[in-house]
Amino acid sequence: MNRMSWFNAVSLTLGFAFLYIPMVILVIFSFNESKLVTVWAGFSTKWYGELLQNDAFLNAAWVTLKVAVFSSTLATVLGTIAAYVLVRGGRFMGRTLFSGMIYAPLVMPEVITGLSLLLLFIGIGLDRGVFTIVLAHTTFSMCYVSVVVSSRLVTFDRSLEEAALDLGCSASEAFRLVTLPIIAPAVISGWLLAFTLSLDDLVIASFTSGPSATTLPIKIFSAVRLGVSPEINALSTIMISIVTVGVITASLVTKHQVAKQKREEMEAVRS
Amino acid sequence: MRRYFLIAIPYVWLLALFLVPFAIVLKISLSDAAIARPPYFPQFDWAEGIAAFLAELDFENFVWLTEDDLYWKAYLSSLKIAVISTFFTLLAGYPIAYGMARAPAEWRPTLMMLVILPFWTSFLIRVYAWMGILSNEGFLNQFLMWTGVISEPLTILNTNSAVYIGIVYTYLPFMILPIYSALERLDGSLIEAAEDLGCSRLSAFWLVTVPLSKNGIIAGSFLVFIPVLGEFVIPSLLGGSDTLMIGKVLWEEFFSNRDWPVASAVAVVLLLLLVVPIVLFQRNQQKQQEAEQ
Repeated sequence: MNRMSWFNAVSLTLGFAFLYIPMVILVIFSFNESKLVTVWAGFSTKWYGELLQNDAFLNAAWVTLKVAVFSSTLATVLGTIAAYVLVRGGRFMGRTLFSGMIYAPLVMPEVITGLSLLLLFIGIGLDRGVFTIVLAHTTFSMCYVSVVVSSRLVTFDRSLEEAALDLGCSASEAFRLVTLPIIAPAVISGWLLAFTLSLDDLVIASFTSGPSATTLPIKIFSAVRLGVSPEINALSTIMISIVTVGVITASLVTKHQVAKQKREEMEAVRS
Repeated sequence: MRRYFLIAIPYVWLLALFLVPFAIVLKISLSDAAIARPPYFPQFDWAEGIAAFLAELDFENFVWLTEDDLYWKAYLSSLKIAVISTFFTLLAGYPIAYGMARAPAEWRPTLMMLVILPFWTSFLIRVYAWMGILSNEGFLNQFLMWTGVISEPLTILNTNSAVYIGIVYTYLPFMILPIYSALERLDGSLIEAAEDLGCSRLSAFWLVTVPLSKNGIIAGSFLVFIPVLGEFVIPSLLGGSDTLMIGKVLWEEFFSNRDWPVASAVAVVLLLLLVVPIVLFQRNQQKQQEAEQ
């Protein structure tokens, strides 16, 4: 057993080193004094200051945030409805096509999704900008939301909904008072997933944005093509820290909730 | 009535923004390039009728794709890069998943979070991080020269090796998670039984552990292979001018050459190329679900 655990310890250490060292280097060198990213010249936060004065980046960040909030909220509503229809809707005409359209965008290469949406927007003469990016992001992220929510709906005890209906709830009250609170964690994680996907997306946004709307990934991509720059390192560090804080908080909250649920169940059993 | 209304909302949305756009791509791939706005011909015109419109469509762009070796080479090289990098991702991911599944139970949630965290971090930033590491004066070369392994810096950035490293790095969580969930469910007493019956530790691993984690391996491999085939960001940031990948060719055909019909034809062929792995993946997932029930 000892040899095996030695092997496991080494593979875990090497594996996580591989996953994290590139990001750690990125963060460290965002505090580098020198313009040359690969040579350490002393500690400085000047790149963060320059970033805050760079209007192009700030504007792009604002556009990205707007797009992400709108598209993820819309995607959560549409995706939850889609999941509900798929799991609870029974048979209806074109159900196979519908479930195909929910799963296809998950495996569709981004270049194809982007190209096809752009051709649609041009075809119907829609001016490209924030609105078209929101439409595009909503379309692919609602499919992710619907997969997350439907996996929760499948495992959930249907008799609870039926009990609510028997006790005089209308269908919409049963959904609002019984179904929604139970699937809420899945809906929230669907929203978070949609939000991150939208923040992150470069390819689809490049196809569907116009000159009036540049998102942060588009801006970063065009800056990065010219080479490594300390400003981008600073920006990356800010984004990495936000994600890290978010993920750790989310996991602590879930852990707390699971523990609370277990305690309540134990108490219910005891009484 | 309300039920149909509920069904209609997401249905119509997906029809209008997923299926119709795709039909447009198909249509433009059969059209001819033209110097106009939009730059293709024929335009759909109700007055001329559908028959006249259909008569204008042809397979010229697809014939063009087979005649110019750029496209052949790009498809083949995307396939090659996807196969090789899936293999390396499996090679790197399996030991990590195995180590996680064998780690003490109280560590596992933390280890899980450490694997998922990069997944939430921007893809672009994770690819960018490697640009500073792999360049000629980058950290890897500095490190190797400091240790004395090499005396001249290696050229890694803007070659296919950098593309492989980038793919393995960014797609590693997709490989680790399904394999980990297969290995975690594996009953340890099976391995003990194999060892009691005279298997060496290594042959117990090959004869018991690997076959029982087969579903995780297959799922992980598809999750890496399918998106890598159409990858654009990694080859354009880490690859060189000789790195041919079909996602990059499509992008350049569209944005640099402005040849929409050819870009659409490239998209259609890429999708056809993906149908086989996607169907296989779906079937594997279904089989797994049935086995669990």
